[in-house]
Amino acid sequence: MTLPSLNLLSQSILSGMFIGGMYSLIGLGLGLSWGLLRQINLAHFGFVFLSAYITYHLSSVWGMDPLLALLILPPAFFLVGVAQQWLLSRFHISPFNSLLVTFGFTVMIESLIQHIWTADFRKLQSSYAEEKFIIGNLFIPVPELLTLLLAVLFAFAIWAAMRFTDLGKAMRAMAEDGPIAAAFGINQRALSLVLSGLCVALASVAGICFALTFTLTPTQIFAWVGVVFAVVMLGGLGSALGPLVAGIIIGVSEAVAMAVFAPSWAPIVSFSLLILMLLFRPEKV
Amino acid sequence: MNGRILVSIAAVGIALAVLPWLGLPAFYESFLYLLFHWIVLATSWNILSGYTGYFSFGHGAFFGAGIYGTAYLAGTVGLPFLMTLPAAMLIAAALGVALGAVVFRVSRVRGELFALLTLAVTFVLATIIGNTPIDGGQGIYLMGVDIPSLGPSQASSIYMMGLIAAAATLLISYWIYASRFGIGLFAIHDDEDVAEVMGVPTYRFKLYALAISCSLAGLAGGIHAVFVSYVTVSETFSITVPLSVVLMSILGGSRHWIGPAVGAVLITCLLYYFTSGDSAVLGRATVGLILVVVILFIPAGVLGLVSGWRHNRRVREAAQAPAAKTHAESAAPAEVVRLSPKRVISGEPLLQVKGLSKSFSGVKALSDVTLEVRRGEILGLIGPNGSGKSTFINVVSGHYKPTAGEILFEGRNLAGQDAHVFAQAGIARTYQIPRPFSHMTVLENVAIVGMYGGRGKSRAEAMKDAHEFIEFAGLTHRAHALPDDLNLHQRKFLELARALAAQPKLLLLDEVLSGLTPSEINEAIAMIQRIRDRGTTIVFVEHVMRAVMALTDRIVVLNHGALIAQGNAADVMNEEDVKAAYLGKAHA
Repeated sequence: MTLPSLNLLSQSILSGMFIGGMYSLIGLGLGLSWGLLRQINLAHFGFVFLSAYITYHLSSVWGMDPLLALLILPPAFFLVGVAQQWLLSRFHISPFNSLLVTFGFTVMIESLIQHIWTADFRKLQSSYAEEKFIIGNLFIPVPELLTLLLAVLFAFAIWAAMRFTDLGKAMRAMAEDGPIAAAFGINQRALSLVLSGLCVALASVAGICFALTFTLTPTQIFAWVGVVFAVVMLGGLGSALGPLVAGIIIGVSEAVAMAVFAPSWAPIVSFSLLILMLLFRPEKV
Repeated sequence: MNGRILVSIAAVGIALAVLPWLGLPAFYESFLYLLFHWIVLATSWNILSGYTGYFSFGHGAFFGAGIYGTAYLAGTVGLPFLMTLPAAMLIAAALGVALGAVVFRVSRVRGELFALLTLAVTFVLATIIGNTPIDGGQGIYLMGVDIPSLGPSQASSIYMMGLIAAAATLLISYWIYASRFGIGLFAIHDDEDVAEVMGVPTYRFKLYALAISCSLAGLAGGIHAVFVSYVTVSETFSITVPLSVVLMSILGGSRHWIGPAVGAVLITCLLYYFTSGDSAVLGRATVGLILVVVILFIPAGVLGLVSGWRHNRRVREAAQAPAAKTHAESAAPAEVVRLSPKRVISGEPLLQVKGLSKSFSGVKALSDVTLEVRRGEILGLIGPNGSGKSTFINVVSGHYKPTAGEILFEGRNLAGQDAHVFAQAGIARTYQIPRPFSHMTVLENVAIVGMYGGRGKSRAEAMKDAHEFIEFAGLTHRAHALPDDLNLHQRKFLELARALAAQPKLLLLDEVLSGLTPSEINEAIAMIQRIRDRGTTIVFVEHVMRAVMALTDRIVVLNHGALIAQGNAADVMNEEDVKAAYLGKAHA
């Protein structure tokens, strides 16, 4: 173990913040549906990748500006989320079975992606990918910065909506005790459809950012499950700001572990944090 | 234990053991090996997760511990292969027990949290193995490892090992399913707190189940190491193993001993059938779709469906039985002669509570309560709502550990012990809102108390006796019904039947009469008298004063967690403090 230079360390911390932004953007929708709808939506990861591939297609094949996808995809994915929730609520699915059903969806999405785009690596080539700011000795790539900014923006927007709007308050009441909330006139069914739509729309936003930053391959879908689950649990289920904080903490500590030890040691950080949290502060989850 | 099932497992096993000598293409051996492999993994997962409800995503970790146990010891160190299999089982079990010893102490880590914790452990273990000389990031080759010759070729030897492991796993799974241990695990699944209070040593049982589950997963891993002959971290610890075993068990039915094996066969065949052709990608999508459809339409799994039909048939048959058995009409209950029918109140204390206090983060629910319960009496415990009656029951039954004070039962201090110690010492309780085990029939609900209460009967004996207690409670015609099918009155009497089946020395009755109609109350009062006549001492918490006056020998009054009066019922009710507690103080 050798201590890295100050410059390398600060560059690591910065890139940790960026990857943390990605974690929290994916984790935001996942944690909301987990905490508020009591559904562990594995298909969330499928939707992120589906959105990423569509962004890739729009940009690389049809030559659109990838950021235009931000206008097209979220509304479309919102409808997908509504449909999924309609199906799950129709069958009164338990939280654990929701995990299994949505795993089935994920397998189907993965096969669909592989069918259309094959299992080859795909990388979106756009003008954004090359652009960087340089501040002092630090490189700041534009796509990563955009991811982090969107993560912060959505986290705060949802936090404010949950706290200050009637719709948000109704959602929190529903999460606390659905039947009682319904007895006080909250339309549980409609709310859960909207919420699920919102979560899947957030997945599509994460997917667009993902396409701008990462190389795509269908089998990578499951590679993100572990660490994003860790982010969501550390941040608190159903919390809007929690995943942002937890995502950045995990991203930075992974990046520092990579710089100080070796890249292959990175996973141990997030999962050890998760284990300690579950054992010592389970009431915070 | 059903002899026919044991014989069937043995017969199928022997039939399959002949296969390698029939000269079939090698493909069949490796395909069947994979079936055995998944049967062992899914069934072993189910022994912890299906039976107790602690769904684990960490089965990959225990399987991986087994794979790397064998790969390292046989491939790198060079030990003989057969020696590495017990080592692989031990390593996996030790890992599991070490994890369980910590995790099972944290009562909030259940459900999804337990699942995720075990998943996290898998990733941590994978990182450690990949970064240390055990694997070193290169993987381990096992080409040169000699395996004992159990068949005409190396492949058929591996096939035979898989077969033996699968048969052994199914036997163990069935043995647990049919044993006293197994019904304890199912009780943990349905309501862990109640199971503990009824005498099931939940912590120990969960550890046993985990150890068995892990060692079988380790065995599957050890054999699989030579099957794949090249072991890598990314393949071993991928999400495939934990997800597949969950899916197989759910699909087959996780509350049945053979359910996971059925699911394993179905999914392995499906995957093979759909992905071997030209359209492998569409095949995978079909498998995903089938999963979705199965879980939406048969959430209890294939065997859950079968048991459901069987259950309905038994309920119908029981309902057609002569109606004379119903509660209202059985005027004279069956005579029960095992215990002395004489009621003897002696001055000798059965339970002495000294200076008992219980606080919940600052709120004092009980403060410095000292009282005694004498052998043979019915002690009424009354007080306004929030006075600490239920907390008292919860502490004296061991569910809550007291903040301070002693609980001397027959002279032995039980304070601080786990609840099952209280039950085994001879203390039983009922719940104000009945808490039956929801997946067990009325009969099983009653029998389990006999198995784990003070007497510790065998499963067969407890089942036999349970019929008698059910008849005593007038529930014979509902013996095979599930608790959800009972009305409130029947559920209350089921609570009483369970209390009886414990054959306790001390019975704590927590508002058994609330919600009953006046005539049902009369029945219940008569039944409580009969329970006492069998020699059981009773602490009776109740708001129905008519019943308190009719039944109790003495009463104790609690208010704000403190004892304010005790003695003869009529005298106590006239004390000023008691009136004030119930009615408030008059303004002078």
